[in-house]
Amino acid sequence: MYATNYHRASSVADAVRLKGASEDGKYVSGGMTLIPTMKQRLAAPSDLVDLRHVAEMKGITVSGDTIRIGAGTTHAEVATSAELKAACPALCHLASQIGDPHVRHMGTLGGSIANNDPAADYPSAMLALAATIVTDRREIAADDFFTGLFETALEDGEIIVAVSFARPERAGYSKFPNPASRYAMTGVFVAKAAGGVRVAVTGAGSNGVFRHGGMESALAGNFSPDALAGVTTDPSDMLSDIHGSAEYRANLVNVMARRAVAAAGAV
Amino acid sequence: MGAEGIGARVARKEDKRFLTGKGRYTDDMVVPGMKYAVFVRSPHAHAKIRSIDASEAEKMPGVIAVLNGQQLLADGIGNLICGWMIHSKDGSPMKMGAWRPLAHETVRYVGDAVAVVIADSVGEARDAADQVVVDYEELPAVTDAVTALQPGQPQLHPEAAGNLIYDWALGTSEADTDAAIAAAAHVTEMKIVNNRLSPNPMEPRAALGIYDSAEDHYTCYTTSQNPHVARLVMSAFYNVAPENKLRVIAPDVGGGFGSKIYIYPEEIVCLWASRRTGVPVKWTSDRTEAFLTDAHGRDHVSTVKMAFDSDNRITALKVDTIANFGAYMSLFSAAVPTYLYATLLSGQYAIPAIHANVRAVYTNTAPVDAYRGAGRPEATYLLERTIETAARELGVSPAELRRKNFIRSFPYQTPVIMNYDAGDYEASLEAAMKQADWAGFATRKAEAEKRGKKRGIGMSCYIEACGIAPSAAVGSLGAGVGLWESAEVRVNAVGTIEVLTGSHSHGQGHETTFAQLVADRFGVPIDNVSIVHGDTDKVQMGMGTYGSRSGAVGMSAIVKALDKVEAKAKKIAAHLMEADESDVVIENGELKVAGTDRSVPWFQVALSAYTAHNLPAGMEPGLKEGAFYDPSNFTFPAGCYICEVEIDPETGKTEIVQFVAADDFGNIINPMIVEGQVHGGIAQGIGQALLEGVHYDPQSGQLLTASYMDYAMPRADDLPSFQVSHQNTPCPNNPLGIKGCGEAGAIGSPPALMNAITDAIGNNDLTMPATPQKVWAAVHATH
Repeated sequence: MYATNYHRASSVADAVRLKGASEDGKYVSGGMTLIPTMKQRLAAPSDLVDLRHVAEMKGITVSGDTIRIGAGTTHAEVATSAELKAACPALCHLASQIGDPHVRHMGTLGGSIANNDPAADYPSAMLALAATIVTDRREIAADDFFTGLFETALEDGEIIVAVSFARPERAGYSKFPNPASRYAMTGVFVAKAAGGVRVAVTGAGSNGVFRHGGMESALAGNFSPDALAGVTTDPSDMLSDIHGSAEYRANLVNVMARRAVAAAGAV
Repeated sequence: MGAEGIGARVARKEDKRFLTGKGRYTDDMVVPGMKYAVFVRSPHAHAKIRSIDASEAEKMPGVIAVLNGQQLLADGIGNLICGWMIHSKDGSPMKMGAWRPLAHETVRYVGDAVAVVIADSVGEARDAADQVVVDYEELPAVTDAVTALQPGQPQLHPEAAGNLIYDWALGTSEADTDAAIAAAAHVTEMKIVNNRLSPNPMEPRAALGIYDSAEDHYTCYTTSQNPHVARLVMSAFYNVAPENKLRVIAPDVGGGFGSKIYIYPEEIVCLWASRRTGVPVKWTSDRTEAFLTDAHGRDHVSTVKMAFDSDNRITALKVDTIANFGAYMSLFSAAVPTYLYATLLSGQYAIPAIHANVRAVYTNTAPVDAYRGAGRPEATYLLERTIETAARELGVSPAELRRKNFIRSFPYQTPVIMNYDAGDYEASLEAAMKQADWAGFATRKAEAEKRGKKRGIGMSCYIEACGIAPSAAVGSLGAGVGLWESAEVRVNAVGTIEVLTGSHSHGQGHETTFAQLVADRFGVPIDNVSIVHGDTDKVQMGMGTYGSRSGAVGMSAIVKALDKVEAKAKKIAAHLMEADESDVVIENGELKVAGTDRSVPWFQVALSAYTAHNLPAGMEPGLKEGAFYDPSNFTFPAGCYICEVEIDPETGKTEIVQFVAADDFGNIINPMIVEGQVHGGIAQGIGQALLEGVHYDPQSGQLLTASYMDYAMPRADDLPSFQVSHQNTPCPNNPLGIKGCGEAGAIGSPPALMNAITDAIGNNDLTMPATPQKVWAAVHATH
């Protein structure tokens, strides 16, 4: 790891100021991706601005049909929140499947979606739940937020403060982990809400997380696994590597989607 | 058996320090003035070095020196060598290319070391290493051994035309074997691939070189399974220092699996760099370097023909194997696909004609050498996949086909050198089938079908050769060393005991099992027995630990020393009690005159030996004896493993629902430790069959599996609860009747698992690792 300067931010405004004053700073929250990358010398930020002690980025609130999760909330907190379990258990399930206990107690929702790893779990949930990404300066629809592999709509210095979304009628997540990394080789999040059915796929797409239009149409009229029987996924849009060919991933998208729908209980 | 003696489930003495983080490993060693080494490594799989410019790096903060291969050569440091000579079938010696500890002309795999930076801190050394400018002329690379043998491929070493190191054969003549195959009623033919593995010990390799200019003496702390062999080789071949001026210490070592047998460039360079710079130099591998440079295992491509008569008896076996050796011949590499592989191709079966041909090949990949099992897993996988396939082709039960062909009388001379001394293969097979409820499988399969799962069952009957090895025998086969073992038993004046062993423990539990052996003999608590190993200044020359040899060979040496100590102790006790020494027995920590109430406590005998006030006339004082033990034969552990799986046909994911191991290890000192060895071995075997595999990009030669993000190690939730049992026939050829247990799990398990998966999906065309993607494709291909 190259030398870096560490700063602990006390508020969102403080964090923005600290990063703005740095030469080539980065925000760090759980650091589950950034720190290993720095250790490998693949990243060399001049400064690290630690967001873990910013109170306004913490916590889960359910008010009426609106769910708000602070960006600094750990995966373990999401996985075990009683309030969230009552409102959107699929998201608790998703969080419980990320990494290992160490990762789940360090890594945060905000960090995961800001990094937008094409094999991360949370981006699929944000897309399928039509979440709003709340930053220090604006609100961004999930549909506009994830722009490509490790790319988001975030501007330089912009901090995700929270995400919010409407309680879905039904939602489910099913993931097939990569045997080595345990990241999603394919993960599918389905959600049925007032606005319709949304299906988002992570781990499989060659351009990162994506919505599956064919599945959304098929499920709109009949929200059941059987409705997906005739839906195809084009392998030419899929990632291919030593762990899974594009054809295999296209198959997994359909299998995981059926299982996600089957798992999607009414809330 | 006492509470702590032979056969007792004694908790491991060494675990307290390991489990509380208080082990002392090479990287924990800190000496005054110590500096840190970071290696500059080749980013190319094959290239000529035009020049190395370290001028910027040398100016960096904290940098003490940047050293290269030209300087190493000028200082007379020798080539790394392979210590086992194999002759090709035309009589010519193997073609060994030069392996320089720091390459100065050509790099031959990604990770090949070209320079080393010594600096005040690891970080500064790394910063400077980044600034060493190496001008490479890239050359085409080849990573696959079958391809490397083709005409027109990149050539790695001028010594080895066509990249061929040797073309070796063993067993029945090819003509006689072909004739038997031609006359057969049925021939099963297969192509068998044994996948390349990365060893992944928990502790990465490390070395600390300390040169003392006042004494002209070197000390090397290193992660070694055999420190005396390291000293011998570094002295005799690499010219680092004469043996009497080189002390090698392998302190706590966190796993080896074979990969820490060998002498690598890094320890040589640390010693040399310490002399050049005048400061102690430490290097610790990071995990990426471990993936790149630790000797890999396996990597065979074979074709096999197994011939049967009309009664389903095997009449002949013909095997042709291509073994990938990587870019250089590692210390033990030549022996692995020859005398540790082809000699086991008879398996548990009476096969009148066996012919094996093995070609060893250079490629632009990391060196390949022995890895847990070393040759025997490759032989077992080939045989057990083939006989299973034959059973399917012949329409007979796999158990019946094996039973029909079992060797049943001992000793049994195979056509491939080995002479099996004892065994009862039927007993293991019966035990495993009963434990696995083989008869109830059809019901379980039908039930699984209702849940949409494909259930399969497979077995593997393995035999291996341990207790390596009779020195004269291996010498005649090309070994550069003898494979005996040494021990010294020192009884202190108060009766406590130190055992100095030439074996080396890097996880096997020697500090406990060896102490149990002594406790059993003299009736002292194991807490009063200390096992000393791993330091050439403390311990007499020994050959180290690999090939499941520490019990069968290392403990046999201790037994010989204990015999001498006991004889002298009895003489002293007889003198003290004015009895005849033949009447003296040892019971409960006392030496007694049998049938009387006369006794002297153990400590009293020890004290008498050292006070020497009242010893038998002419007896030397002291109570300390040494012994060397050279085995008269290999030992032959064997067993039957049964694996049952359920496949999710939609994803190709395999779940192991049952795993049964029935082993014959001969006599057992500590069943708990033996079971632990079996559990670990099976986990590694399942890793090979289901998850692990080293992948190089075939064009660039880049390692694609250089981290745990891409190299899949088995985790606890990949594994079932193992059902382990023993059906032991004592080994007749060593004093304790021990056969060895360290590698069996890794040898027996891969074919059992692959036989189960192919049974479940009804498609035999599947290679290891059986990843979900491959299994899904194979399921798909059959529909």
